[in-house]
Amino acid sequence: MSDQQILLRLQHRYPGFSLDADLALPGRGVTVLFGHSGSGKTTLLRCVAGLERAAHAKLSVNGEVWQDDARQLFVPTWQRPIGVVFQEASLFPHLDVRGNLAYGIKRARVTDGAAALPNVAAQLGIDHLLDRATDRLSGGERQRVAIARALLTQPRLLLMDEPLSALDAARKQEILPYLERLHDELEIPMLYVTHQLEEAARLADHLVLLEQGRVIASAPLGEALARLDLPLARDHEAGVVIDAKVLGHDAVWHLTHLRFAGGDISVSQRALEIGRAVRVRILARDVSIALSGDLASSIQNRFACVVRDLAPADDPSQCLVGLVAAGVPLFARVTRRAADQLELAPGRAVWAQVKAVALLE
Amino acid sequence: MPLFPDSQDWLAIWLTLKLATTVTLLLLLVSTPLAWWLANTQSRARNVVSALVAMPIVLPPTVIGFYLLLLMGPEGAVGRLTQALGIGLLPFTFAGLVVASTIYSLPFVVQPIQNAIEAIGPRPLEVAATLRASPWDAFWSVVVPFARPGFLTGAVLGFAHTVGEFGVVLMIGGNIPGSTRVVSVQIFDHVEALEYARAHWLAGGMVLFSFLVLLALYTLNPQARRK
Repeated sequence: MSDQQILLRLQHRYPGFSLDADLALPGRGVTVLFGHSGSGKTTLLRCVAGLERAAHAKLSVNGEVWQDDARQLFVPTWQRPIGVVFQEASLFPHLDVRGNLAYGIKRARVTDGAAALPNVAAQLGIDHLLDRATDRLSGGERQRVAIARALLTQPRLLLMDEPLSALDAARKQEILPYLERLHDELEIPMLYVTHQLEEAARLADHLVLLEQGRVIASAPLGEALARLDLPLARDHEAGVVIDAKVLGHDAVWHLTHLRFAGGDISVSQRALEIGRAVRVRILARDVSIALSGDLASSIQNRFACVVRDLAPADDPSQCLVGLVAAGVPLFARVTRRAADQLELAPGRAVWAQVKAVALLE
Repeated sequence: MPLFPDSQDWLAIWLTLKLATTVTLLLLLVSTPLAWWLANTQSRARNVVSALVAMPIVLPPTVIGFYLLLLMGPEGAVGRLTQALGIGLLPFTFAGLVVASTIYSLPFVVQPIQNAIEAIGPRPLEVAATLRASPWDAFWSVVVPFARPGFLTGAVLGFAHTVGEFGVVLMIGGNIPGSTRVVSVQIFDHVEALEYARAHWLAGGMVLFSFLVLLALYTLNPQARRK
């Protein structure tokens, strides 16, 4: 359904840089724009927001056209139903927290905006800060206020430009759960710019990979992360994200069992209700390959796989091995010598042994 | 020799305050869009306009007064225009003083406002736009509160500078009681007439006034104080 899509075609040039994109993105869920600095991901986001005007662009969001240079159409930022969260919280210092939240509600003329304020504030854990001056907030609190401020305008598209990058690791971990909840509960699409693979793995449904102003991939997260031909696979933190469900808990060994299409995974016990959907992240460096599944080993997360493809790694002693476990792609980084000795080749049946699994709630 | 200010002195004080208030309001009206334009334009005319606005800082007041006199006089371009419009000639009138003082004090108001607007940077206005504020709305709800110290500094400096001017007033306004004879001219008259006691009342008053204005500025304006 083309109405429930974000369609973006743009060319934007300035000295020393050009951005070229032709994208059809899902009209719901989180699309992460991923790339190094200078890849054009922030510029792309700013063009969607109307903060920058690409010379030749056509942009429509779930059926509404915001820019079409063929028709001389450009809706200015303030008339676009968007919510934007910038790298720095950018709160208005002359207003307190409540004043900052009310600023957008008043102007967006949303129904029940004032009534929504306590709920959204509670959702982001800032309800006790409403009467604070903005300079008496921590970095994490400021960014949560900025997110609440954007949400309260009841946007039809949420844009986030590296909202965590100005925060230290502890503050990041403080905000990520809120973003993950947004991801679960939000009815509207979100574009999220980051250069952190971990954030992309935790939040994205769809991944757009940018390099030097070009889109080199746009695919569902699981698919994009498992592709060995993309530079992502060469990242030290490279790996896949797999959707699983909580199967049960094992009180004796303090384990939580998860099930995905390709098999079962055990992780250390977590308080999660049975049947709940979770994401797990498996890094390529934590996957080893064995030819037999009945090998006695301390590594007990094991699934039967078929080798899909092989690709060189950056380190000449290593290679990447693409695997498929009952339709679910993952990959391993092993030494080339091991790959040679195990005679790994596309189509060969093997066992993937997973040393570490990160549960992303 | 009277020890207290007489009615002529009070008239001069009243006239000075009226002039300074009128000029300050006019300056804020003119300077705000001008400062906004200077802070935001990419135009090459920017440097030329900046230089023109700053001229009164370096030029002797008599030079500005002289040319304004010619310009607003019967043969000057502005003079011809005001005559054609039925306003008459501006030199040696209160209105003429207002025009001349506005030009003379312009840089003292434009520059603080321009600096304050430039210091805001693009981000707060971008945030305002993403929160549905139209540019006009964002000007009042973001630019004015952000640049408030600049507006305050500009207004105070414009007011004080107008109160303190002498050369331009003498050139363009002359010395007409109740119309163009402001305090600084009145002091000059007293000194010329060797009436030092009366000059003291006004001159001392000016010293006190200037001090209080600047004290108020630094007290009310925490940002100016920090700098």
